[in-house]
Amino acid sequence: MKASHMTQTPKITAHNLNFYYGKVKALDSISIDFNLNQVTALIGPSGCGKSTFLRCLNRMNDLITGIRVEGEIKIDDQDIYAPAVDVVNLRRRIGMVFQKPNPFPKTIFENVAYGLKVNGVTDKNLIAERVEKSIRQAALWEEVKERLHDSALGLSGGQQQRLCIARALAVEPEVLLMDEPCSALDPIATQKIEELIHTLKETYTIIIVTHNMQQAARTSDVTAFFYMGKLIEAGETDTIFTKPAKRRTEEYITGRFG
Amino acid sequence: MIHSFTKFKEKLMNYFFLLVATTSISILAMITLFLFKEGLPIFEKVGIKAFIFGNYWYPTADPAHFGIFPLIIGSVSVTLISALISIPLGVMTAIYLSEIASSRLREIVKPVVELLASLPSVVIGFFGMVIVAPFLQDHFNIATGLNMFNAAIMLAFMSIPTICTISEDALYSVPASLKEASLALGATSFETIVKVTLPAALSGISTAIILGLSRAIGETMVVLMVAGGAAMVPGSIFDPVRPLPGSIAAEMAEAPYRGDHYYALFAIGIVLFIFTFCFNIIADYLSNKYRQTGDATL
Ligand SMILES: Nc1ncnc2c1ncn2[C@@H]1O[C@H](COP(=O)(O)OP(=O)(O)OP(=O)(O)O)[C@@H](O)[C@H]1O
Ligand SMILES: [Mg+2]
Repeated sequence: MKASHMTQTPKITAHNLNFYYGKVKALDSISIDFNLNQVTALIGPSGCGKSTFLRCLNRMNDLITGIRVEGEIKIDDQDIYAPAVDVVNLRRRIGMVFQKPNPFPKTIFENVAYGLKVNGVTDKNLIAERVEKSIRQAALWEEVKERLHDSALGLSGGQQQRLCIARALAVEPEVLLMDEPCSALDPIATQKIEELIHTLKETYTIIIVTHNMQQAARTSDVTAFFYMGKLIEAGETDTIFTKPAKRRTEEYITGRFG
Repeated sequence: MIHSFTKFKEKLMNYFFLLVATTSISILAMITLFLFKEGLPIFEKVGIKAFIFGNYWYPTADPAHFGIFPLIIGSVSVTLISALISIPLGVMTAIYLSEIASSRLREIVKPVVELLASLPSVVIGFFGMVIVAPFLQDHFNIATGLNMFNAAIMLAFMSIPTICTISEDALYSVPASLKEASLALGATSFETIVKVTLPAALSGISTAIILGLSRAIGETMVVLMVAGGAAMVPGSIFDPVRPLPGSIAAEMAEAPYRGDHYYALFAIGIVLFIFTFCFNIIADYLSNKYRQTGDATL
């Protein structure tokens, strides 16, 4: 089922990436490639730097004061931390689903349409079409189709999470960063999101953070194990889960720590 | 024994605070009662409609005219023009401070703006008299610099600190995660401010505006000093006007005790009270209305 067409084109490469919150070093010389049309799962115990790393890839950490980035991240061979880079344009190409659902205090429809509107789409029909398509993809349509114009804050936590997925999909980015997208979902919705990830892989490059080992095993082609700000090991998911090279990885995967 | 003594002390404390609280509340209630008692008798002479919509305010003429329409228009127009100045300036300063300025600059500028709020209004009025009035007179070729426009500018500077600091608090407390969501979708920081941050802070900003304006509409000293004092419906923004609070302050001393003029001035007080009361009710309503309910259950 997986890795049927594993091309080896790196879409994103991180090289010797160090990241500091003030004086605290949160990422320590991370080097890893993410290939086109592949799903990479980032796993590791809480606080090991998965979210921090993910947020480096769309320069979301820039908003935090006192941070420092060393090393290099390239997307399509372009250094995203180079001074000339247009951050707005970069973020248009890299969608993100945050760890905590953060819907706008607007209607459900407006939440999903927002990205399209700020990206200059004005055609009402096109917007409506894309909104419906994205909400369907995020397995939320049946629950909200009657109340698209109600406030998104009235949704449950899991529904909000899927709304945020729909919102990220609507703008059709090239890369999709998902930070624990299923943490608040029931098994049925989780399965739908996993199926979605599998379909999206045809066109997107996906990086997903998850605490669920089965999910990592089911959805990803490559798995990367982080521990205390370091990348301990990354490789094909099958290999990582059957014969990991490092003892720590094995301990984590089998649930002996973390 | 000891136990019951502690209990007694606690009871005593409770009664003490109850007494203090009821005293201050009943004094306020008495002032309000007094206001109505001294103001309502005028309506035996002049109908409410004639009082509110009467075009002539000649309280000392014979026969006297007690129409406060020009005064109401004076108050409303001065407040409106000052709102046109203070709302954009106050809100935009707040946006700059909370969204654009570096945190160091913010920490310096914000207390300065708050300090402005504590400038005594007589100082602001004095500034309007000796600096702004001559300036207006020279540059706009008008008879007097003491007019509606001058008063509006001065009042605007009295409301800006209130509008700015409360709006800034509202903007600053919009969760960073909302801004991140917007930026992550490829919105510029400007789009994020306009489409996400401002709407999310709307309730706080509206409260700020109403509180700022209610400060302007009730302000007496400044309008007394710089508004010009003519009790007529203004034809241009450079006409002198006589807003409600200024009229009371200017005429109180010369109105014979318990005469019609005296009652009329208290009735103006009632009208003013109703104005500011409505402003506060609206402010309260707005600050409750947009309050976010039901955060994500995570
Ligand atoms: N804004 C911040 N300021 C300072 N330190 C931070 C900040 N965000 C995260 N950290 C620290 O950086 C380290 C990595 O945090 P990060 O959020 O990346 O972990 P994570 O792997 O995503 O954990 P989890 O699985 O719990 O989400 C932690 O020690 C955390 O305390
Ligand atoms: Mg995290």
